[in-house]
Amino acid sequence: MQPAKKIVRSEIKANNGVDVDALLGARQALTEQPAGAAFKWRATCTWVNGTHARTSVHKFFGLGTEQAHKKDFILDADHPEIFASEDNGPTPVEYVLAGLASCLTAGIATVAQHRNIQLRSVKATLEAGMDLQGILGIDPEVRNGFDGIKVTFDVDADASREDIVALVAQSQKRSAVFDVVTNPTNVSVDVR
Amino acid sequence: MSSDSQRRATPTPAAVRTVDAIVVGAGHAGLAMSHALSGHGIDHVVIERGEVASAWRERWDSLRLLTPNWQTRLPSYAHESHDPDGFMTRHEVVAFLDHYARRISAPVSTGTEVFAASREGDGYRLTTSRGRFQCRALVLASGAHALPHVPGAAAALPASVASVTAHDYRRPERLDARHVLVVGASATGVQLAHELLRAGRQVTLSVGEHVRMPRHYRGLDIQRWLHAAGVLDQRYDQVDDIVRARHVPSPQLAGTAAPGLLDLNALRDLGARIAGRLVGVADGKVHFSGALRNHCVMADLKLNRLLDALDRWALEHGCPAPLEPERFAPTQVDASPPLALDLGKERIDAVLWATGSRPDFGFLRVPCFDRQGRLRHDGGVVDAPGLYALGLPFLRRRKSTFIHGAEDDVRDLSVHLARFLDRVSGASRAVGAVGEPLMGPAAR
Repeated sequence: MQPAKKIVRSEIKANNGVDVDALLGARQALTEQPAGAAFKWRATCTWVNGTHARTSVHKFFGLGTEQAHKKDFILDADHPEIFASEDNGPTPVEYVLAGLASCLTAGIATVAQHRNIQLRSVKATLEAGMDLQGILGIDPEVRNGFDGIKVTFDVDADASREDIVALVAQSQKRSAVFDVVTNPTNVSVDVR
Repeated sequence: MSSDSQRRATPTPAAVRTVDAIVVGAGHAGLAMSHALSGHGIDHVVIERGEVASAWRERWDSLRLLTPNWQTRLPSYAHESHDPDGFMTRHEVVAFLDHYARRISAPVSTGTEVFAASREGDGYRLTTSRGRFQCRALVLASGAHALPHVPGAAAALPASVASVTAHDYRRPERLDARHVLVVGASATGVQLAHELLRAGRQVTLSVGEHVRMPRHYRGLDIQRWLHAAGVLDQRYDQVDDIVRARHVPSPQLAGTAAPGLLDLNALRDLGARIAGRLVGVADGKVHFSGALRNHCVMADLKLNRLLDALDRWALEHGCPAPLEPERFAPTQVDASPPLALDLGKERIDAVLWATGSRPDFGFLRVPCFDRQGRLRHDGGVVDAPGLYALGLPFLRRRKSTFIHGAEDDVRDLSVHLARFLDRVSGASRAVGAVGEPLMGPAAR
């Protein structure tokens, strides 16, 4: 219930490297053509050795057609040596943290641009608790996954603390990964 | 398509009553429109499935208006109260609207259910439980809250758990439950959670996006502020994102002069357990979102932004409030709110769905809906000739769903409607159509 206010786009001075006009254009286009909004994100993962697995991310589907990243991105995942592993990359759960942090951070930049807030630095620090008695099958009452995720943002920007808190809140509201980790998702795993 | 003069010359079958305009719904909006149509000399009938103000006859017992008596008025009609700062009970609202209907001699056809409305000739044909009607202009005023909205997850509840909507709920004694899961934290959800807690029930409240608002601020009712600062008069074409504005949940208010907020903190203090948005029911368990903290942070931020705006407005307009500005304590959120509850283990006997409501346009066989099934309209002028809507959220103004909000909307839309009739029927409308009511006023 705020008094009406419209941001006049020509008055926007902030430059966070986000093309908000393109995003707003896409929003308008996909409102009119909702079929184009149906995306499919894909990954393929191959076992290397031990707990080391290599994921390749290249193609995806969107705007009604096949799309591709500029190149094939390779993500190595493994476990640290205290797990008797070779530590060839972050653990899969750390990729989850990376996904959450980068999604929220991208959201902060976008929302800040839209609200004409110049960012100077944004840093997220994440910590997620996990009781290994879950994945090791020691205690059936303990879940496998995180018992919680704590994200702390340090944001330096031309804005009041309250506006920065609002930026961070709005980025959560619009974040895909925040939704994925806070809400259930049906997962089907099949064998060919 | 026959011209109007031909239609008039040819006697219509006795079973079809022809009027210039039909208003569906004899609540405050439909009656206010009837008053305006009479003022324009437009021959019309108000079709009502039950009695005048039927929605108000079918709600929970303790329900009161969220707007104080001083604000509760309709065109040419104000509440004559010795208590301008009080809040009408739902029975008083029924009496208020009954009296209004008689006072304006509204041509209401009560006990008339509309089965279907479709394009016919140059207007609309209505099939009802009391015969067929033909009109050139049709006004949808059957309310924004005709049907309760219940999430699909409700279907997965075990049979042992009662599933009750806020439309069906009446009072705690009628709800055979010791532990109730109330889903939704808009005005309805927090009011019902509060009432159940006061009646000694255990309550778990599932909370998604919500609007936190104090009943009083700086010694004045919040409606005084919103009214004076012009917030309620904001027009639909002045806001940044009207789709979002139309979906803002109702604020956490109750029609009571009791001090303090009816917010999550107050409900926690009374013993409620607060969980996130309900996201699913499976195998006898309800699952909640882990985003509760952010929903509470957003509600706190929006509350403070509103209070900042009101303080700024008071300063700029030299309007001293009795008390100094204040800020309310942030919403308390547990470190680990529940993500899943076993209905059996928790002994949850009933789920009370306060998850919003929808208008009921099921009878409307006119292509005027968008992909989401929402009515396509521009400030109440529906995307079909001579079709209008009233009383929907932010229809033309933020106050469009309030009783006092009907006056401005009805003025605008009745002028539009009168011009429409003039255009389609030329001078013929004037023939024998000087506000002669088709049926008698709603005498009781």
